[in-house]
Amino acid sequence: MKVAMTINGTSQQHEIEPRVLLVQFIREVAGLTGTNVGCDTTSCGTCTVLLDGESVKSCTILAVQADGAQITTIEGLAEPGTLHPMQEAFRENHALQCGFCTPGMVLAAVSLLQENAHPSEQEVRSALEGNLCRCTGYHNIVKAILAAADAAEVPA
Amino acid sequence: MTAVVGTRMLRKEDPELLTGEARYVDDLVIPGALHLAIVRSTYAHATIKSVDVSAALAQPGVVAAFSGADLRPEWAGPMPCAWPVTEDMLNPEHFPIAVHTACYVGDAVAVVVAETDVAARDAAELVEVDFDVLPAVVDLEDALSDRVLVHEALGTNRSYTWELIPDADAVEEAFANASHTVVERYVQQRLIPSAMETRGVVAVPAVYGGEITLYTSTQIPHILRVLAALTVGVSESKLRVVAPSVGGGFGSKLDVYAEELLCLALARRLRRPVRWSEDRMENTQATIQGRGMIQHMELAADADGRVTAVRARLLADMGAYLQLVTPGIPLLGAFLYGGVYDIPAYSFVCTGVFTTKTPTDAYRGAGRPEATYALERAMDALARQVGVDPAEIRRRNFIHPDQFPYSSSGGLIFDSGNYEPALARAMEMAGYDQVRSDQAARRSAGATKHLGIGLSSYVEMCGLAPSRVLSALRYVAGGWESSTVRFLPTGKVQVVTGTTPHGQGHETSWSMIVADQLGVSPDDVEVLHSDTSIAPHGMDTYGSRSLSVGGTALWLATEKVIDKAKLIAAHQLEVAAEDLDYAGGTFTVKGSPDRTMAIGAVAFEAFTAHNLPDGLEPNLEASSHWDPPNFTFPFGTHICVVEVDEETGKVDVLKYVAVDDCGTQINPLIIEGQVHGGIVQGAAQALFEEAIYDEDGNLVTSSLADYLVPSAADFPSMQTDTTVTPSPTNPMGVKGVGEAGTIAAAPAVMNAIIDALSPFGITDIDMPATPQRIWTAIKQSTDASGASGASGAGASGASGANGASGAGANGGPR
Repeated sequence: MKVAMTINGTSQQHEIEPRVLLVQFIREVAGLTGTNVGCDTTSCGTCTVLLDGESVKSCTILAVQADGAQITTIEGLAEPGTLHPMQEAFRENHALQCGFCTPGMVLAAVSLLQENAHPSEQEVRSALEGNLCRCTGYHNIVKAILAAADAAEVPA
Repeated sequence: MTAVVGTRMLRKEDPELLTGEARYVDDLVIPGALHLAIVRSTYAHATIKSVDVSAALAQPGVVAAFSGADLRPEWAGPMPCAWPVTEDMLNPEHFPIAVHTACYVGDAVAVVVAETDVAARDAAELVEVDFDVLPAVVDLEDALSDRVLVHEALGTNRSYTWELIPDADAVEEAFANASHTVVERYVQQRLIPSAMETRGVVAVPAVYGGEITLYTSTQIPHILRVLAALTVGVSESKLRVVAPSVGGGFGSKLDVYAEELLCLALARRLRRPVRWSEDRMENTQATIQGRGMIQHMELAADADGRVTAVRARLLADMGAYLQLVTPGIPLLGAFLYGGVYDIPAYSFVCTGVFTTKTPTDAYRGAGRPEATYALERAMDALARQVGVDPAEIRRRNFIHPDQFPYSSSGGLIFDSGNYEPALARAMEMAGYDQVRSDQAARRSAGATKHLGIGLSSYVEMCGLAPSRVLSALRYVAGGWESSTVRFLPTGKVQVVTGTTPHGQGHETSWSMIVADQLGVSPDDVEVLHSDTSIAPHGMDTYGSRSLSVGGTALWLATEKVIDKAKLIAAHQLEVAAEDLDYAGGTFTVKGSPDRTMAIGAVAFEAFTAHNLPDGLEPNLEASSHWDPPNFTFPFGTHICVVEVDEETGKVDVLKYVAVDDCGTQINPLIIEGQVHGGIVQGAAQALFEEAIYDEDGNLVTSSLADYLVPSAADFPSMQTDTTVTPSPTNPMGVKGVGEAGTIAAAPAVMNAIIDALSPFGITDIDMPATPQRIWTAIKQSTDASGASGASGAGASGASGANGASGAGANGGPR
């Protein structure tokens, strides 16, 4: 099947098998390996990307379902060589260790602040329920997101 | 230059991890790579009668398919176990792919290699394996009865019994004379380490040169290189092992795995790169699991609650085979069943038992969380018997600061410690007295939401390890670490380390150490690691060893660099070396503060070699190999406050306080991160996680939908603080912090839950303390007290995965 979508501002048109998942399309077809895969049951959220601005788990969507969509992966969140304010907040607050969940976690956080610019700690924690991290105990991730919310309007 | 050690310097590793630029194994683009899929046993125990790969081979894109028998000639030896803990330990022969018998669900029985991952996985479905199903043995105590043998040829399921009983008579005497005796039985349920990155492997052969490069998601490229070379029968000099970015390990990547050996052997045989990516279900079944013990824990104490002897007996679940250090895991805790307490008599016995389940091995803390759990639960039981507060029972038994270095009855020398200030600070931060009075108020008001407060004072044995001690424990290798420090011509510094970071931030911490020693900016320090061609010597990263052993090797190498630089500076400044002072990267002639030479300038002189002292070699570079004389002993106290709803059995953690002492601190930001993550991982054992097997040996929790790794919504933010008691074991005074949180947390949480449930007379709940287990225990307790109206009614609750007795509730309401 032919699928066309825009990933990080670049048009991607490819002939694929219908069973190809969006995450496989991103990683294997478009060659963007910043989006990681941590499970096969939609549990861990490491594969989170923005689809038309909203966070989705790209392992749970077929690439064909994203036909015509605008996708943002971690590689497209900020201009090359710079960090998005959420990425900065993660760094400032030591909100990552091994980094494997980080791309998905950052995109989920960006999406959260778009929906709720000033969440409470409990709202942040609830919103992150679908993104697992094994290293940080979430403490500094929550702190980073609250700090990013405090710092400014977070651009999309 | 201002010192950076001790500051909260942001991590150098972060930008590439935050932007997706980092490359994990699965991200590596390897042209022409074939994909390996593994057919795994769906039975816990079965004879392999035949394997038919013909249908798989006929599929488009399939290049090869093999059974275990087909691949048997590929192995120069069986899978390695590096820790034969006793002379008579039984170790069944174990190959990367089963030849005759599958011994757990997930045991490899056939492989398919194809041009794409999808083709390989599809074809794997078509491999026909004819199994003759054998009975499974899941329960540890059942396994010990030898009713069903996991390995017929061994004649028993008992792998070994290991004892540490320095003075048996003293222990007997202490129990005979005890005023109080605590007799407890605890179950350490099996845990699935669940690093967010599953394992991945690529073996890339150089067909003409004969070399093979193995890229793998491992904590131990160096150890793996040696053992993989021996197992697959390739020359060590032809095998390069690289760990690229690694997405967490927690001990689960501290192993020599079948898939690493399979990729190597198949790449050699097929003369093409072969890669494998583990899916999450495979990760739950084919990657090692942690814990899995039944602990019998006994304390003898005098009338005041001063402990006079400890007696621990363990059954440890090996699973189906002995992996790299499987049998040694209980030994890492064996010396710590007396913990932070001054206990004169000591007895520890552990029996390792085979079951038809995934092998166990190192999981964050490895033996030490189990020891701390048993002791801290037992100390609370003792406090209840003696009738004193849990904080007071701990204070009465602490080793005093003036007793260090302390010779423990378990046979260790604790380097340094000062336990009471950490306890006092934790109690202050937790508002201990206030929580106690709130608890009393709720109880007298008849509230149905009960407050509980739990303490855990721990000491760990880190910095693995003095090589002579490892020898005494029959571990086959040493425990040293290695580092090279070299100045580049422009004054930048290159560091080579034998440690293998996978989230710990070594690039940052190592840069900070070098920056202060050599007077350079941390940004000008390059840290090379995790590639056996670049860093050929190393013992890798586990057991909170990297800083205290690897960081010390690094520190010593910088000292050697300074020593050599001093000779060159003295020559250039035309003074004797003894006449130079060195500080912050600058040599100064004593008494002449204007006569100086920066070490960077010395490095350039060493590079050009135009004007060096006679006989001195060019370049400014030094290596050091550090074998620690002792372990290090970090310690601390954690306090957890919970609320337990008697109507639902649900536990809410209201507050978690941690005061840890890891000696001298290099980077407090990183230390806090390690503590936070460790706490939630430890608390997860208490509250959520359990690898559950059914009676046929099927893993019921084989996905992240079934195995409850906690999310951000499951645990609150934590309050942390530290005390600083430097270690005398190494020049920086560092101790290690990677496992502290995990070691301390489970008993703190469980003691809090049991404290909350004390109005019901409940004194035991198995981990994880699920709402169902708690609700059942409360119900049985209230039913029993309603029926008998008297104390002493025993209630047993939900049973553990190991068939252990569950929530034993003794006594009626108080």
